[in-house]
Amino acid sequence: MSFAERFAAAAADDRAAFLPYLMAGLPDPAASVDLFAALGEAGADGFEVGLPYADPLMDGPVIQAAGAAALGAGTTLAGGLGVARRVREATGKPCAVMTYVNPILRTGLDAFMGMAADAGVDAVIAADLPVDEAAPFVAAGAARGVGVVLFAAPTTSEERLRAVVDAGPVFVYGVAEMGVTGERAGVSEWAAGMSARVRALTDLPLVFGVGIATPRAAAAAARVADGVIVGTALVRRVLEAPDAAAAADGLREAGAAFAAAMRRS
Amino acid sequence: MTLERPDERGRFGGYGGRFAPETLMPALAELEQAFDEARGDPSFTAELAALQRDYCGRPTPLYEAARLSEALGMTVLLKREDLLHTGAHKINNTIGQGLLARRMGKPRLIAETGAGQHGVATATAAALFGMECAVYMGAVDIERQALNVDRMRLLGAEVIPVTTGAGTLKDAVSAAMRDWVATVERTHYIIGSVVGPHPFPWMVREFQRVIGDETIAQLDGRHVDVVAACVGGGSNAMGMFTAFAGTGPELVGVEAGGHGLETGEHGASLVAGSPGVLHGAMTYLLQDDDGQVREAHSVSAGLDYPGVGPEHAYFRDAGIARYVAVSDREALDGLDLLARTEGIIPALEPAHVIAWLARERESLAGTTVVVTLSGRGDKDVEQVSRMRGSG
Ligand SMILES: Cc1ncc(COP(=O)(O)O)c(C=O)c1O
Repeated sequence: MSFAERFAAAAADDRAAFLPYLMAGLPDPAASVDLFAALGEAGADGFEVGLPYADPLMDGPVIQAAGAAALGAGTTLAGGLGVARRVREATGKPCAVMTYVNPILRTGLDAFMGMAADAGVDAVIAADLPVDEAAPFVAAGAARGVGVVLFAAPTTSEERLRAVVDAGPVFVYGVAEMGVTGERAGVSEWAAGMSARVRALTDLPLVFGVGIATPRAAAAAARVADGVIVGTALVRRVLEAPDAAAAADGLREAGAAFAAAMRRS
Repeated sequence: MTLERPDERGRFGGYGGRFAPETLMPALAELEQAFDEARGDPSFTAELAALQRDYCGRPTPLYEAARLSEALGMTVLLKREDLLHTGAHKINNTIGQGLLARRMGKPRLIAETGAGQHGVATATAAALFGMECAVYMGAVDIERQALNVDRMRLLGAEVIPVTTGAGTLKDAVSAAMRDWVATVERTHYIIGSVVGPHPFPWMVREFQRVIGDETIAQLDGRHVDVVAACVGGGSNAMGMFTAFAGTGPELVGVEAGGHGLETGEHGASLVAGSPGVLHGAMTYLLQDDDGQVREAHSVSAGLDYPGVGPEHAYFRDAGIARYVAVSDREALDGLDLLARTEGIIPALEPAHVIAWLARERESLAGTTVVVTLSGRGDKDVEQVSRMRGSG
C-alpha cells in the first residue's frame, strides 16, 4: 500500500496515520529491520527510515547519537536502503527514507532515486532541501516512481507554502516545533494554525513531526493532521535498551500507545 | 569576472545557494533583505566606518617586510590584520553583523569558533552592543586554544563545548546552526567565514572586502604580481581577492595540507575535495563515496574545516584564483621565519602563506607579493612550544 492509500484508510477509520521513525542500522542492519517490524505489529501505518548521516543539521542529540552509532556499526548508504527494502517486504507498509542533500547528490540524483526505487522506497525526505532547490529532486524521483516530501515550518510564509504545495510533494511535513528533532514536554502550539493554513491551500496529506514525544502530544497533532511522525522518543528507547529483544519489547509497548493516540474519537 | 553579488538563488556560478531546513529559510530571506537595506543606508555605513576606525583600528598598515623580503628574494607586503583589535580580521565581520543584528532587533548573538578568534570577535561585538552571546566550540579546540576560551569568558560570553564528531570547527558550525533553528526569532547567528547558506557568504565577503579595498588604496598604483592569503572558510582571502580579481595579479589561496595530502589528513577542500553540500551551501568539501563529510585535519584550528566558501569554489573552477596546500610542518617553519626576520609572530593560519612563499621562492624570485597577515600568533604560542618541545 502507498502512503496515499494509508492516509485514506486511516481517515476512513477516523484516525491519523502513525508513522514512526527509527535509524536504519541501529543497533545493526538485521536487528533494525526487526525493530521496524515490531512497530508495524504495534499499529504503525508506514515508516520513516533514517539513513545515518554524520552532520545531521536538523537533528538533536538523540538522533545524532543514533546516526553515529549506526555509522560506527558499518551502515552504508546501500545498507540503509537495504533496511528500507526489507522493512517494506516484511510489513507491506510504505517507507520514506530520511536523509540529507549531500548523500543524494554524491550518489547522483538519478542514481539515488534509482536505488530508492529498487528498494521499494515510496518517498525521500531530505531535511536540508527547501522547496527553492527541490525541482530537480522531484523530477528525478518522479522518473523512478519515488515521491519527495517537502517541509512547512511555523515561520513559513503564505507564498512559500504555496510553492511547497505546487512542487507536488507526496505529503507536506509540518514542522511542529521551532528547533531540531528531540522530545518536547508539551503539545505543539503551532500545529492547529499551520494545519488550517495548509488545508486552505491543498488536499495534499499533512503530517506533523519534530518534537512530538508523548501520546498526548501525538493525539493533539492527530486531530489536525493526516499523519504523525514520532522519532526521538522511540530512537531513545533503542539506544537505552540492553539488547535488541528488549528494544523490540519497548517499541511494541510505546508504539501501541502512540497508535492508540491516533484515534480522533 | 567576479560577481558583484550572487544570483537571486544565492549562487556563485553553480555554488552556494540555500540548502537549509525550512525553519531557517524565512530568517535567511529576512537577513538578506536587512543587509541589503543596511548597506545602502548612509547612517549604517557611517557608523560601521567609525567603529572600524576608532574601535577596530582601521586602516591597518600595508607593511613592506624588508628582512623577510631579503631572505626570500622577493618583495613581500604584509596587510597587517594582526594589528586589529582582538588580533585578527574576524572583527571586521563581527562588528558589521553585530550592527546589523542590533538594527534587526535581535538581542542575542551566537557563533561557532575554531581557533577562537571568531568567538572572541563575536563576544567583543556582543559586549560592545550590549547583547547576550553564546559561542559553540569543539572540545578539541577548547583544549588547544585555551587562551581564547578565557578571553571569551572575560567578555561575558558563554562558551559551549561541542563533543560530537571530531570536536572541531565543522561540529561547532553544526551545533550553532541547530541553536539557531530553535531560537531564530530572537537570535542572530554570526557565521565566522564566507560559508553557510545565502546571504552569509556574500554578506561576510562584503564586511571583509575592506581588507582588499584598503590595500589597493595603499598600493597607490604600485605593481603587484601575486596576492596570497590562507583559506579556512575563506573570509580573509575573499576579503582581499574581491578587490584584486580581474585587475592583473595572480590570486593564490593557501589551504591546510595537514599531515600531507597523501595521508588524507588535511583541510584542503579546494585542492583535494569534490563538490557537495555542507552547512547550507554547495561547495567543495572532503567526503567519502557515500557523501559522508570527512573530518579535516590541520595544526591550525582556523583551517581545520572540511568545506570552504562557495565563492572560492567558483573562483577555483573559473580559474580566477589558484589554490595550493601547505603542510603543518611547513606552517610551523613559516611561523619561525616571520618571527625571526620581522619580529612578528603570526597566527598559524597565515603562517601557511609565509611557508608557501618560502617553498616557491624560486618561482617567485623578484616578484612583489601581497599577503594577508590575517592574525597574530598569541593564541598559538602555547601549542607551538608544546609541539616544538615534543618534536
Ligand atoms: C588568524 C586567522 N586567519 C584565518 C582564519 C581562517 O578563516 P578564513 O579562511 O575565513 O579567513 C582564522 C580562523 O579562525 C584565523 O583566526
